[in-house]
Amino acid sequence: MKNLKKVVTLLFMLTLITAAFTGCKNNTGNTKDNTNTKGTETGKEGTARTLDEIKESGKIVIGVFSDKKPFGYVDENGDYQGYDVYFGNRIAKDLGVEVEYVPVEAASRVEYLVTAKVDIILANFTVTEERAEQVDFAKPYMKVALGVVSPDSALITAPEQLNGKTLIVSKGTTAETYFTENYPDVKLLKFDQYTEAYNALLDGRGDAFSTDNTEVLAWSLENKGFTVGIESLGNLDTIAPAVQKGNTELLNWLNDEITTLGEENFFHKDYEETLAPVYGDAADPESLVVEGGVVE
Amino acid sequence: MQDLGIKVLFQGRNFIRLLEGLWVTIGISLVAVAISIVLGIILGMIMSVKNPFIKAVTRLYREFVRVMPQLVLLFIVYFGVTKAFGIHLSGEIAAVIVFSLWGTAEMGDLVRGALASIPKHQYESGKAIGLTNLQIYIYIIIPQTVRRLVPLAINLVTRMIKTTSLIALIGVVEVVKVGQQIIEASRLTVPSAALWIYGVVFFLYFIVCYPISLLAAKLEKAWKS
Repeated sequence: MKNLKKVVTLLFMLTLITAAFTGCKNNTGNTKDNTNTKGTETGKEGTARTLDEIKESGKIVIGVFSDKKPFGYVDENGDYQGYDVYFGNRIAKDLGVEVEYVPVEAASRVEYLVTAKVDIILANFTVTEERAEQVDFAKPYMKVALGVVSPDSALITAPEQLNGKTLIVSKGTTAETYFTENYPDVKLLKFDQYTEAYNALLDGRGDAFSTDNTEVLAWSLENKGFTVGIESLGNLDTIAPAVQKGNTELLNWLNDEITTLGEENFFHKDYEETLAPVYGDAADPESLVVEGGVVE
Repeated sequence: MQDLGIKVLFQGRNFIRLLEGLWVTIGISLVAVAISIVLGIILGMIMSVKNPFIKAVTRLYREFVRVMPQLVLLFIVYFGVTKAFGIHLSGEIAAVIVFSLWGTAEMGDLVRGALASIPKHQYESGKAIGLTNLQIYIYIIIPQTVRRLVPLAINLVTRMIKTTSLIALIGVVEVVKVGQQIIEASRLTVPSAALWIYGVVFFLYFIVCYPISLLAAKLEKAWKS
């Protein structure tokens, strides 16, 4: 009897607290809405903005990496630069709007689209079936496979060598899912941010680090004593812009844009401007760039 | 080679960007700390009430906020609120809400603890010399509570300032994130930049947190004599 009473009061309290919580949040949200009426940043109810709404507002919001050179990073003047940003600038130019870049992390990219906090994600977003259930991918503008970088003193040249060893990965990347599914004996050390992952490898907290091969290739060029022992692992993946699921209008526009840009070899120019200075001879543009959305 | 790393700091607007990032950190922490102290004191007083229902509710709130990692709270407020109610909160607002929720819970518990630590005879002695309840609080209980509270509260404030580095994950660029951006942008030209930039970030946190600790030490000393 006494216990039942306790359970009932507990349940009652829980409902009360949830009510209090939601009420509180609603209020703060409303006040924010009121102060921000002219901003009309992003659409109502967490639905993505249509093409017209973006044009009308005069600004497109694009989510990019801010610490992933040479794809998306911030230079010493505080400006966004890189392969993805070069494309983002062009999108804004062709839409005739200003561009606002929002810094995103690998693990939160899907959420930014689902909640319509950005219009497009251009953050080295690898196309996967899992992600395609939550967001809509446009045509690809790049292709990658996984690479594994390790110290020269204990170079990893085959994924089997990693069994029982510690592999560093970034949360929410394709490397994380690939190794979890295919090599369950590999111990994974996961980090939220790329910078932390690299520092962990430098400190010797893991035996190797795996992420997209473009990324590890660039990094190993800059860090002596580290080599990419496995250059291409897993399936060849493509990288594409993503929009909120169901935002077909913007998706179609992006697809047309990528096709048109293919005619002027835009992405090769992008490569020359942003990636070539970093990779030098270590990578072949044809192995990375996808022109006009067609993967050969 | 030694002086190369520090050079990054003076390239372009790098140093100013770090200071701007620090300003974001300080701004969000200060607002959250101010809200937490006010609400925390009220919550602490509510928690001291000897009503089992109120006790249970406040305890549930405290444990919920404490058990939940701050990062999860940030994601719930930043993304979850948009999903559930369709309300867009900016990263800064979401950060202030989360840190206030957390700070209030912790501060409330500190206030409750400080109040409970005042021996019963202090109240009784006050009554014995004919003071009203209000007078007992103003002249006896509150001064003693505050003295016990200050070191603990300072500890909480510095902890809150340092934990704000998590807000980078909801897109707010604060001082640590700026540091990481600078390190990544210059890792080709200046590989040793990481050490220097993190050193500067450490120093910036230090000059923010140290005066707070200093103030606490001074207060404690002044009250002792």
